[in-house]
Amino acid sequence: MANFKLRINGKEHQVDVDDDTPLLWVLRDHLGLVGTKYSCGIAQCGACMVHLNDEAVYACTLPVSSVGSDKITTIEGLSEEGDHPVQKAWADVDVAQCGYCQTGQIMTASAFLKKNPNPSLEEIENVMNRNLCRCGTYHKIREAVAMAAKLK
Amino acid sequence: MANLTKTNRRDFLKIAGTTAGGLFIGFNWASCDSPKVQVLTDQEVLSQVHDFNAYLSISPTGDIVIYSPNPELGQNIITSFPMIVAEELDADWSKVRVFQAALDNEKYDRQLTGGSGAMPHSWERLRKAGATARHLLLAAAAEKLQVPVSELTTEKGEIFHNGKKKFSYGEMVADASKLTAPEEVSLKDPKDFKIIGTPVKNVKGKEIYTGQSLFGLDFYREGMVNAMITRPPFGMKIKSVDDSAARSVAGVSDVIVFKNKVAVVGDSTWPLIKAKNKLRIEYEPDGTVESSFDHDRIFKELLDSKDARVMRKDGDVETAFKNAAQVITSEYQCPFLSHSPMEPQNFFAHVKGDKVELVGPTQTPDRARMETARLLDIPQENITVELTRLGGGFGRRLAADFVVEAAELSKMLDKPVKVTWSREDDMTGGAYRPAVRYRFQAALDEQGKMIGYKLRGVGINAGNSTRENNFPSGSVDNLLIENVEHKSPITTNAWRAPITNFLAYAEQSFLDEVALAGKQDPVKLRMELLDRAKNNPVGEIHYDIDRMRGVIQTAADKSNWGKNKDVMQGFSVYFSHRSYVAQVADIEMENGQPVLKKITAATDCGTVVHPTGANQQIRGGIVDGMGHAMFTNMTFENGLPKQKNFDTYRLIRMKEVPEIDVHYVDSGFAPTGLGEPALPPTGGAIANAIFAATGRRIRTQPFIEQKEFSEIKLQIKRT
Ligand code: FES
Ligand code: FES
Repeated sequence: MANFKLRINGKEHQVDVDDDTPLLWVLRDHLGLVGTKYSCGIAQCGACMVHLNDEAVYACTLPVSSVGSDKITTIEGLSEEGDHPVQKAWADVDVAQCGYCQTGQIMTASAFLKKNPNPSLEEIENVMNRNLCRCGTYHKIREAVAMAAKLK
Repeated sequence: MANLTKTNRRDFLKIAGTTAGGLFIGFNWASCDSPKVQVLTDQEVLSQVHDFNAYLSISPTGDIVIYSPNPELGQNIITSFPMIVAEELDADWSKVRVFQAALDNEKYDRQLTGGSGAMPHSWERLRKAGATARHLLLAAAAEKLQVPVSELTTEKGEIFHNGKKKFSYGEMVADASKLTAPEEVSLKDPKDFKIIGTPVKNVKGKEIYTGQSLFGLDFYREGMVNAMITRPPFGMKIKSVDDSAARSVAGVSDVIVFKNKVAVVGDSTWPLIKAKNKLRIEYEPDGTVESSFDHDRIFKELLDSKDARVMRKDGDVETAFKNAAQVITSEYQCPFLSHSPMEPQNFFAHVKGDKVELVGPTQTPDRARMETARLLDIPQENITVELTRLGGGFGRRLAADFVVEAAELSKMLDKPVKVTWSREDDMTGGAYRPAVRYRFQAALDEQGKMIGYKLRGVGINAGNSTRENNFPSGSVDNLLIENVEHKSPITTNAWRAPITNFLAYAEQSFLDEVALAGKQDPVKLRMELLDRAKNNPVGEIHYDIDRMRGVIQTAADKSNWGKNKDVMQGFSVYFSHRSYVAQVADIEMENGQPVLKKITAATDCGTVVHPTGANQQIRGGIVDGMGHAMFTNMTFENGLPKQKNFDTYRLIRMKEVPEIDVHYVDSGFAPTGLGEPALPPTGGAIANAIFAATGRRIRTQPFIEQKEFSEIKLQIKRT
């Protein structure tokens, strides 16, 4: 066990966990930030996507010991009121079916749009291909990312 | 609020300040980014509502509370059911708050999600729930105004007399809720619907997109322990367990061997994952172990076995085949599939003496309770079941194995327990779509007309692998449908559109083969068979011929069937779970390679209650049908699944999905479900288009693992 100081959603958090604990489980089990989802645990599905200094990363394979003082943003901290342009687009397009994959989709999309505010459809598909949606909401995800790009 | 269980109500009071429906946020970390408070909190509204019926309560403030009884797994019933109640109530939709009801057999029946059956079951009930309340509000207003009810009208939660607003619903609830509900009540003319048929937004959208605690895996209860379980390969039993390394992992409090399983217990998930990997379990075969190559052999044997169960027999098949000018025979096979919802299985259980509290994602709360009662030998009334949102189900959550395990552990530990399945547990833990092989035979006469039809299905734990009364039954003079089942230790379960998810592909591909052999257009062949069934039916007909013709015609029209020689098309139509769906897949050549461009779907599900949800069910069903037909395989070696996670168990991704064009046939019938019916036709439409484009017939799933498929180099990536 070791003590880690983490900067999550603009706040300091301290946790006492093993070095190899993936950030995913720190967020979910120790900090109650359950918007970051577990689905595969092996960086295949994107349900656990968070931002590490604005970069979308898989929280399920990111050991807490490697985070250091880097800035972490989870879905809970993406916006104060749930009104980040990507969240607004998701609500407007009414993307979700079961909804389980959607926070991960939103985190992938928001990191991408920050770097590439005017993407082509092909670029959207290339980046969103990382995230699985078992319900098959892919058409709507594509539509919502394109809409979010315009909302900015 | 009797349908919130007692314990839940207590929790409910503790959790001020959560957004609508946040019934499960027992996890109140001061440091978390807390959800925003509404103008009136849910508990403020709930504390003053008057109940009208099991579905509907209204507060004097005009806030409307609607309970959705069925488990929500993405079919968006939590939006569409309340829409129906609100429609007949003439409610202001913006004042509606929706809550997931707990299991309550007295208030609701058929509180389950499966078989696309909720909508046909509840359509009338929900309309009446809204209409009766409206009637009572009007009666109360008429009494106050001393005018006949017939002179009053309603709109958006307000009551009018001669066009003048008199009362809001809120002002009338206290009086109205005291009146006796009428036995009969008139319902709206569908042409007056204002909410039904409109693209109402998902009532849980905001909570989903802000990452609120909604799902079973998100559930937390003060004092609970976490557990994970290692389950044996199929047909194996535990010989010995060495848990010393597992026990040494910090954060692990217990290791328990029970019923051929090993549970690791602790206070958080990661130590359990580590401990599970450190368990040394030795298994020995119990004499029934199978591998995938055994299944291939078993299929061949059973296709020729003398003992088959006759499911349907019309006319004289022997003679028809003897007299045939041409006989065609084809076999189709599909593998096992895991359901793999994005949220792995999990459940919370707290056994307190002879009382049990269950919370989690289940498609059948009733079965969860029944099986828990049986296991613990206590009355069902002692068990409460609360529903979280389900991160997908696809049939896996119809079973109760994951509930019963949690209850069993809670009893042994004498603590509240949440059992979490890792993805690997979920994929290797059983209850698969059964593997099936079909042999089809058709006898054609000189003119190419089908005079005889035979189908034998052999399945592994598939039950009846045929649907003997589905089309083309009723349209062929001489027909024989048989089934043989092989019992295996590998567990199976309903998988989205049970049996038809593969049968439709096989049958619709075979009909294409029949059309080719008879030199007929595939659409024309189907229409002629339906004409035959209509004019001169053979035996019983269990489908609506006109509705089937309706979707065939619409799909053909909307896809420009056969009109563009540069587009190679495949046709497929299927009736399942009370809805009719026809599909056309388009393949075009680009740079000398075939590219799957588009799927056109025509659906008759009666009245479309919630167009957004319906569209998504149809597109999602097609994506699901396509993905599993193309990519996904589950194989076994000595009872152990070889595919354990999404690195080897391939699910469809965004770039592989073609354009999907959705159309409806407005038949005027009452609404039927859509969770399943769009999936079955997809594989056949694609396989038939592949044949049209390349002359290669793919008869085994998944397509990408077949030799024919690698030779044609079909592009499934969008360009
Ligand atoms: S849970 Fe992290 S990628 Fe799947
Ligand atoms: S909405 Fe269910 S997995 Fe994406």
